[in-house]
Amino acid sequence: MSGDLGDVADRVVGWARDGEAVEIVVGRSRHTEVRAYRGDVESLSAAESMGVGIRVVQGDRQGFAYAGTLDDELLAEALADARDNAAFATPDPHVGLAEPDGVAVPDIDLFRPSLLAVPTDRKVALALELEAAVLAADPRITGVESAEFVDASGESCVASTTGIRSESASTACYVSVSCLAEADGVTQTGFGFSVGRELDDLVPADAVDDAARRATRLLGATKPASTRTTVVLDPYVTAQVIGVIGSTLSGEAVLKGRSPFADRLGDEVAASIVTLVDDASNPLAYTASATDGEGLASRRTPLIVDGVLRSFVHDSYSARRAGTVSTGNAVRGGFKSTPGAGCRALALEPGDLDQAALLRDVGDGVLISSVIGLHSGVNPVSGDFSTGAEGLRIVDGVEGAPLREFTIASTLPRMLRDVAAVGADVDWLPMRAAGVSLVIRDVTISGT
Amino acid sequence: MIEEAVLGRVLSAALVGGGEFSEVFAEDRRGTTAVFDDGRIEQLSSGRDRGAGVRVIAGDTTGYAHTSDLSEAGLLAAAEAAGAAARHGGGGANVVALERRPTTHPSTVEVLPDDVPKARKVELLRRADDAARSAGGAVSQVSARYGDSRRRILVANSDGLLTSDDQVRTLFSVGVVATGDTGMQTGRQSVGHTIGFELFDRYPVEDLAERAARRAVTKLAARPAPSGEMPVVIGAGGGGVLFHEACGHGLEADLVAKGASVYRDRVGEQVASPLVTLVDDGTVADEWGCFGIDDEGSPARRNVLIEDGVLTDYMWDHTRARREGRPRSGNGRRQSYQHLPMVRMTNTFLLNGTDDPDDIIAGTDQGIYVAQLGGGSVNTATGDFVFGMWEAYLIEDGEITEPLREGNLIGNGPAVLLDIEALGDDFAMGSPGTCGKDGQGVPVGDGVPTLRVRSLTVGGTAA
Repeated sequence: MSGDLGDVADRVVGWARDGEAVEIVVGRSRHTEVRAYRGDVESLSAAESMGVGIRVVQGDRQGFAYAGTLDDELLAEALADARDNAAFATPDPHVGLAEPDGVAVPDIDLFRPSLLAVPTDRKVALALELEAAVLAADPRITGVESAEFVDASGESCVASTTGIRSESASTACYVSVSCLAEADGVTQTGFGFSVGRELDDLVPADAVDDAARRATRLLGATKPASTRTTVVLDPYVTAQVIGVIGSTLSGEAVLKGRSPFADRLGDEVAASIVTLVDDASNPLAYTASATDGEGLASRRTPLIVDGVLRSFVHDSYSARRAGTVSTGNAVRGGFKSTPGAGCRALALEPGDLDQAALLRDVGDGVLISSVIGLHSGVNPVSGDFSTGAEGLRIVDGVEGAPLREFTIASTLPRMLRDVAAVGADVDWLPMRAAGVSLVIRDVTISGT
Repeated sequence: MIEEAVLGRVLSAALVGGGEFSEVFAEDRRGTTAVFDDGRIEQLSSGRDRGAGVRVIAGDTTGYAHTSDLSEAGLLAAAEAAGAAARHGGGGANVVALERRPTTHPSTVEVLPDDVPKARKVELLRRADDAARSAGGAVSQVSARYGDSRRRILVANSDGLLTSDDQVRTLFSVGVVATGDTGMQTGRQSVGHTIGFELFDRYPVEDLAERAARRAVTKLAARPAPSGEMPVVIGAGGGGVLFHEACGHGLEADLVAKGASVYRDRVGEQVASPLVTLVDDGTVADEWGCFGIDDEGSPARRNVLIEDGVLTDYMWDHTRARREGRPRSGNGRRQSYQHLPMVRMTNTFLLNGTDDPDDIIAGTDQGIYVAQLGGGSVNTATGDFVFGMWEAYLIEDGEITEPLREGNLIGNGPAVLLDIEALGDDFAMGSPGTCGKDGQGVPVGDGVPTLRVRSLTVGGTAA
C-alpha cells in the first residue's frame, strides 16, 4: 500500500462542511493482459486506472459524483457536483453513511508482492505455453479462440466523516483458454481457467484439461427430446445459479418488493440439505476482502440454514430501513457507483459425494455442463427460470451421449425445494459464488 | 483535447522500437444519471472520465497502454509502454504528418443535455412514476432511470489520420413490478437515441411508463410458456436481437478469422431464406448504434451483410482489414480508452418483406407470438443461440390468445436463418441495447419487421 490513496481520502473528507456527511472511495488498479494466437503474441495491454467516488449526505438527501482521476481540482469539482446532486433527491430518513459497528476486520492477506515482480517475458511465455498445450491436448482440437494471461493488483480506501477508514489491497491473476474441437465438420467449444493471487497458485494444466475435455466431450452432440427429469449441475453452472438466487436475498430487493422471498423469513424455502452462506471474509473466495464497499468488516452471514430462510444481506441503508444492522454487504461496481446491498461470496454447504457418485445415485437424467442466457431467461422478481444448456445424458449412473441446443426450466423457489443432493466438490471460482455439483429434480428439458 | 504537435511526437515515439503502426485514442466522457425508485428520487449522480490509449502494431502483435494523464509526459509514457509491449511479438523512428479529417455525425443534437437544468431531468422521473402507478392497482413498484452522456473522442494514427467525433446519447427506461394472486411480474420499456434532451419531445415518458406497466400487469394472467419446437412469430421492432445473435456476432471478422464462426468460408453462399436482407449501418441518424466515426477513426458506413439470403460480407476493424488487405467497414469499436478496439455491430436490422403482418399471424395454426424479445447470447462457433421473451403470447388457430410467462428460446443460427418463412412490410427499429463481447459493452441498435420462423425451441415448463 503506497499510502497516497489514504492521503487523498483524508484530504477530501477534510473538505466536508458543517452539517454534511462525506464519504469517499478511492481506488487504483493496474493490470496486464497477454493474449497468444498461433504461437505469437496477439496483444499485450498494460494499464493503470484510478478514480474516486464521493457521496454527500445533507440532511435526508444523498448525492453522488465520480471522477476518473486523483487530480485535486477535479476532486473538488466532484465533491461540488455531489453536493449539487444531493439537492435533487427526495428526502429519506434512512439515508446516511455507514458508521463503525465494532465488528473486527478479519485479518486476511490478499496481496502478494511476488505478483508485481513477475517480468513481462514470463507472462508472455505463460500465454504462449497455454495455447500450445491446449492445441497438443487432443488431435480433435483444431483451434484456439483465446489463450490469455491476466494479472491485476488493486488498492482502495474508503473514508468518511462518520469515522470509517478502511484500506485494502489485493492481487489476482489467471490463465484462461477457449478452444475449438471438430469432428464430422461440426465444431464444439470448451473453456478452462485457473485463478490465483500469485503466479505459483496457477495450474495451467488444469485449464488446458478442462478446455480440451469440455470441447471434445460435446462432439457429436444431439438435441434431446423434451421431457421432465433430474439434472446435475456442474460446479461452474451451480455457481451461476446460486448467484441469481443470491440476488433475490438482497435486503434492498426485499424492501422494495422485488424478491419472491420477501415475506419468507423463518420459512422452509429449500430442501433441508440446503445451507447457503455469504462470507467474503473467507480468503478462499475470489471476491474475498476484509471490508465491504462502505468500509465495514466482512463477515459470515448464513442465509438459508437446513432449508430455512434465516437472513437477508444488508448494507447500512437497507439495514436502517429494515430496522436491523448491516451485514457488511455493501457492494460497489467500482468507484463510479454508489453501494447497494448484495451477496459478496456465496457458498452452499457441501455434501459427502463427488460428482461420479452423485451420477450413480441419479441413475438417469442430464448433466448440465454449461448454460447461456441467464440474463435473458431468468427473472429474479417473478422467479421464472429458463436457460439454454449443453451437457451429457446420464444413463445407468454414468456419463452418456452429449446433448446440445436445449433449455432447462423451472422456477427459482421450486429449484431450491427440488434440490436432491449437494456434492462434495467445492470449487472456488472467479465469481461471487463458489461452485459445487448440485442435483435438482423435476426440471423441464425443452428440445425436439 | 490534445495538441496536434504533441500527437505527432507521441505517435513517433510509439514507433521508436520498430512498430509499423501507432495510434492515439483519446476520450473525454461526461454523464448524468438520475434514478427514481420506490416512490422517490433516489439519487442523482454525475461523473467525468477522460484518458487516452496508445496502440502499437508490430507484425501480428498489438501493444496497448492507457493513461488518464493527458499531458505530453503521460502520453509519451503510454507510448513507450505500448511500443515495448508490441516488441514482445515479431517486430527506426518515424515522422508522422497528421492531416485533419472532418467528421459528419449523422445525428443532429438540438438540446445538449448538459445545458438542461437537473430539475427538469428529475421531473421526467416523477412523471413516469405517476403514469406507471395510474396504470392500475396491481402496479406495486416502479423504477425509472434517466441517463445522458457526452463522449468526445479523438483518433490520430501514424498513417497521418487525425479526426474526432462528439457523441451524445440520451436514454430513459422504466421498470414496473405488478403483484397479484399469481405472484409478481415485471415489465420494462426503454427509449434511447443519439440525440439530446429533445428526445422527450418525441417520446413522452408517460407512454413508456404505460407500456412497461401494461406488460407487467398483463403477465399476471400469464400461463407458463410451452416447451418444445414450434413456429414463432416475432413482432415488428421487438425482435432484432434474434439476428444480432443468430448471425450478427458470427459475421464479425475477428471471430471468423479464428475459425470461431459457423459462417466462416461462406461468403457468396445462400446462408438464409431468400427473404432475408440484413444490414449493419452506423449511419442511421439518431439510432442508438449511430456515430460519426468508429473508435479507430473510420467513418460510419452502411454494410449489407446478407442480401436476398446470400452472405455478402463480414464486418471489419482495422486489425482484421489490414491483415486481409481490404478496407475497414467502420465496425472497430471499444467501450472506453481503457480497451482495445475490436469488431462490433452498430445498428443491425432486417429490411422489409412484403407480407401483411396480420396474415403472418393468421397463417400460424399453433405457435407463439413474441412482441418483445429480451437479451440474448450466442456461441458463434456452434451457432447455438438463446434469447429471452419479455412479452409473448400463445397463437392458437391463427389468433393471439393467452399471455406467457418469461423464458428463453433456443435455436441454431444457420438453421433459423433458413427457416424464416414469412416477412412483414412493417419494419420498425427496436429498443436501445448494450452489446457485450469479451467484457466490453457498446451501444447498439436493431430492428425487424414482423416475421415468422418455422421452428424454434421454446424453453418453458408447460407440456
